[in-house]
Amino acid sequence: MTQITDGEIVHFNNVGLRYGTDREVLSDISFTLFPGSFYFLTGASGAGKTSLLKLLYLAQRPSRGMIRMFGSDAITLPRERLPALRRRIGVVFQDFRLVPHLSAFDNVALPLRVAGMPEKELEKSVVEMLEWVGLSERMDARPETLSGGEQQRVAIARAVIARPEVLVADEPTGNVDPEMAIKLLRLFEAMNRMGTTVVVATHDLHLLKKIPDSLIMRLDKGRLSDPTGALRYPPRRPSSPRGDRS
Amino acid sequence: MSARPRLARHWRRISGVGAVELVPQTRLSGPMPWVIAIMVALTVIAAAAGLALRNAVQETEAELEGGITVQIVEASPTVRAQQARAAAEVLHAMPEVAGLRVVPQEELAALIGPWLGTLDTDVETAVPVPALIDVRIKGAVTPERLVAMQRKLRGVAPSARVDAQSTWLKPVFDAIASLQWLAVALVALLTVALSAAVLLAARTALGANRDTIEIVHLLGGTDRQIARVFQRSIAVDATGGGAIGLGLAALVVKFLGRRFAGLGAGLVDSGALGLTDWLLLALVPVLAVVLAMVTVWFTVMHTLRKML
Repeated sequence: MTQITDGEIVHFNNVGLRYGTDREVLSDISFTLFPGSFYFLTGASGAGKTSLLKLLYLAQRPSRGMIRMFGSDAITLPRERLPALRRRIGVVFQDFRLVPHLSAFDNVALPLRVAGMPEKELEKSVVEMLEWVGLSERMDARPETLSGGEQQRVAIARAVIARPEVLVADEPTGNVDPEMAIKLLRLFEAMNRMGTTVVVATHDLHLLKKIPDSLIMRLDKGRLSDPTGALRYPPRRPSSPRGDRS
Repeated sequence: MSARPRLARHWRRISGVGAVELVPQTRLSGPMPWVIAIMVALTVIAAAAGLALRNAVQETEAELEGGITVQIVEASPTVRAQQARAAAEVLHAMPEVAGLRVVPQEELAALIGPWLGTLDTDVETAVPVPALIDVRIKGAVTPERLVAMQRKLRGVAPSARVDAQSTWLKPVFDAIASLQWLAVALVALLTVALSAAVLLAARTALGANRDTIEIVHLLGGTDRQIARVFQRSIAVDATGGGAIGLGLAALVVKFLGRRFAGLGAGLVDSGALGLTDWLLLALVPVLAVVLAMVTVWFTVMHTLRKML
């Protein structure tokens, strides 16, 4: 059994996932994520990136193995305690998954409302966040009236508004032009500098060079390989601790 | 930011309604408030009928409490009148008798007039009608007391027949009791039907908003938070529907009340609804709101438990 190291934020040990009675889509997945690290998860289409991310943002339970998140066993954790863990994770879904009947403002405000923040307090944060992603003029627009890029920025704003400890993004640059892709990546990097552990799933290998200290996890047919030593035990820590968040 | 959405947000903050509008609100444009309105209206009408019947029975029973009818069933008018007088004297002397009244012949004629027509006043040819003494005794009328009274009267009025007044109306009371139980059963059935309608609506809403619920879950939303949103929605629908249903039912009950009052029949007249009854009826929509909210809570919580 793999030893749990202090300071780790996520630990997967020998995790497997199958849907129904089909063959495993993920097999023998073991890795550890440390606070303040930036990870790229790469792999061809169908390699299992989205499935792995689903396990990471607790949308799915594995068929086997062990997952520890924020010091808790995510497999045996009672359902009632999952929301508390999920609030520490920000997710940018591949298809954005904005709530269609809510405005951009209300979509971004959702994690704060769910966390119980009073309306008076959240308004300022949401407005600031929407200004940050350049959507201050569209805050009352519904998702259906937003362009793909604007929807993506709303999804990102929603994922980061509550200052999550882990940010998981599934192909966040898939629907935007290269210029916007770089801009979004810089946004993730800024989050990472503030102490957020970032996991970005992408099949765009050009992006990997944009974040110099990033670690790479590569999925191939449901199995992880380790081109930058991210999965070694003990895993290679980022070269210099970044961020001021404890 | 435009003023209108800001106003809307302020309203949400003050009212709590739609604070997190996870589920698109249809309000009165959807079928649910109208279903609730119909259910509440039917329940209020059934309950009003039950209460009116209860009032009629209680008031009539109170009127008949301690009431005894002494009939002098004698063909000869002279003997009948003589026995009636003697019986009245004996009764008057009995300590348990609180009051008595020999019903005048004219009053008897008026009572049976609708069935037998104007009575012949010639004592020789007239249809013999028993003499009636309306007696009120202290305490309840029991079979033992009736037998004792009959025994005392036998010496002076052998043709006397003693009956409790409530005995005459027992079959009517029994029939009314059946109707009361029918009203209770209807209220119970409508309660079940309302729960079932709300349950189905909640399940449909859950199915239609499954994606949104999943997103809220993934953002850290709890089952309770989601259930509260559905509860708030049904509370608004049920309040609107309940108010409409109560209004409709009140109109129907008032209309029927006037119609029945117009009959001029004692038993029916005594079934009029009092203030307490109206207050009880006003509780029906309140209970409907509570029932709908409880049903939604358990339905949503039960369904969400199956999701991760």
